[in-house]
Amino acid sequence: MDNDLLRVENVSISFTQYLQGLEQHILKVISDLTLSVKEGEVVAILGSSGSGKSLLAHAILGILPENAICDGTISYMGNVMSQEDKERLRGKEICLIPQSVNYLDPLMKVSEQAIGDVPKEEKEQAFKHQREVFAKYGLGEEVDGMYPFELSGGMARKVLLSTALLSNPNLVVADEPTPGLDVQSVEETINDIKKLAADGKGVLLITHEIDVALKTADRIAIFYSGYVIEINDVDNFRNYENLLHPYSKSLMEALPKNGFKLTEGVQPLEDIDGCVYHENCPLRTDKCLKVKPELIEYDGAMIRCHNYNKEVE
Amino acid sequence: MKFLGYKAVRLLILLIVVAAISFIMIEISPINPVRAYLGEMAGSAEQLAKLGEYWGVNVPLQDKVIGWLKDICQLNLGTSLIYRIPVSQVIMEKFTASFILMMTSWLISGVIGFVLGILAGAKRGTWVDKIIKTYCYILQSSPAFWIALIVMMVFSVWLKWFPIGLAVPVGVMASQVTFWEWLHRLILPAFTLSIVGISGIALYTRDRLINIENSDFFLFARARGENKWSLILRHGVRNVLLPAITLQFLNFSELFGGAVLVEQVFAYPGIGQATIEAGLRSDVPLLLGIVLISTIFVFIGNTLADISYKYIDPRIRSEQDE
Repeated sequence: MDNDLLRVENVSISFTQYLQGLEQHILKVISDLTLSVKEGEVVAILGSSGSGKSLLAHAILGILPENAICDGTISYMGNVMSQEDKERLRGKEICLIPQSVNYLDPLMKVSEQAIGDVPKEEKEQAFKHQREVFAKYGLGEEVDGMYPFELSGGMARKVLLSTALLSNPNLVVADEPTPGLDVQSVEETINDIKKLAADGKGVLLITHEIDVALKTADRIAIFYSGYVIEINDVDNFRNYENLLHPYSKSLMEALPKNGFKLTEGVQPLEDIDGCVYHENCPLRTDKCLKVKPELIEYDGAMIRCHNYNKEVE
Repeated sequence: MKFLGYKAVRLLILLIVVAAISFIMIEISPINPVRAYLGEMAGSAEQLAKLGEYWGVNVPLQDKVIGWLKDICQLNLGTSLIYRIPVSQVIMEKFTASFILMMTSWLISGVIGFVLGILAGAKRGTWVDKIIKTYCYILQSSPAFWIALIVMMVFSVWLKWFPIGLAVPVGVMASQVTFWEWLHRLILPAFTLSIVGISGIALYTRDRLINIENSDFFLFARARGENKWSLILRHGVRNVLLPAITLQFLNFSELFGGAVLVEQVFAYPGIGQATIEAGLRSDVPLLLGIVLISTIFVFIGNTLADISYKYIDPRIRSEQDE
């Protein structure tokens, strides 16, 4: 595991909420998340939208809101990152590809915000570099002087991508890069991300689109109710009988091309006792109701399920 | 240009409506030009009738309104009953004095308010923020005339730095006042109006900045490695400035209201004082003239807000081009 570019270990992110009066309530959004991204690898985190996946991206970049509590460790190239490290690395070696054009300052020209805050004498150089990268992704010179509201959907996506890649980062965190895009733009995004990996960069792809994850990623982590319940190779997702977790299997079975077999039940909104999936699980035992399974290695994959823990014991 | 044309037409309609309504309201009120003219003097019935005829007391209402509007169209606002000179001349003189006072405090309160708002927003939750917020809340909830009284007490009565009031030293003709004497008397009222005006713009700026700090594009700029002050200056100020300027222009009306009170406290001979005089002493032509001029003033403020919006915001600018 020495060539791990990014290693996220036991990360939990929670918020303190105030209910009536001064009664406090801790809302856990991400629980005990562990995963790694190697150089030249695309790892997708697949989970339903609104489940807090983006917060992992924010945690890696050190841009969580102030009231968020983040436990666990995030290491980059083998070193655990402190907040200062994150501030130093973000925008340079670790970059974020955001979701939509809303992530651009509406009152600033595209090129001006892409280069960021650089001293006057370096500006010319920075603009030159920005032009090169923009050109690489097929953005004409006219785009430089545009304001975000003037960009079309496809252009905006390219601008966000090339803005993120200006500093030639080692690790790219793509946070839902394909929402609401047309088929062709999605296809382009997938290819662009694959190209990044081919260039030796590590990519963490956060998405709720199964198709995008299947087409782009080398490994997929399934995010369920705040927990990563399985991380497996993309090949095993294609032949989903090889998947370990009952939820992963039923997720794949629910796809139209795999028979449209729907499973009843919803993800619990709050953390519950025992396995988060036990309410809907066909294989549950008494243990699943009381004891939370750990994420363990099994047959080259990672799995959080008592059915596999048993065999380890 | 088309835009300014529209605005001019709207101003014209607004003026006619305001003029007619305020004229009718004064007509309905118990103000009587004959009594106003005579003051406390007594007169015989015959004299009163004669005066009544002179002032046109018995002319039907619609004729009065139309006659007055006609005069206005010829830029004739009538003669002030108090000052015995044409109303336009009184307004010109008083308004110039007020205009300088209002503009000075408008600028000062705008700039300081904006800077304080940005500071408070950037340092949210720290003691800097708390001090600025407390200051703003206190000022926001205290009446302007009360602040004026306190300012006067501290700086004129205790410290004796400034005269207690009047734009002209006692015994000096208004036309002979030197620039410095005049400036000396402008400082306190301008200072009062400024500190009163700061709170609104500062609280607004702070709120907007905090909103922007929570926005997606701010997050992405942070993710790209921009540091805190670069973020505030490059993205924060740019996005707050526009609505703040608009708000400050829209504040013209409040500025006018504040000026009336503050001028009264400092006995500064501006339009505010003239308004109160005209009201108390039933100087109908002057009062109506002031109503019109203040309408124009506030309208210009709002129009400037619109224009500034168009000029600065690229989103609106390009819609115009199309």
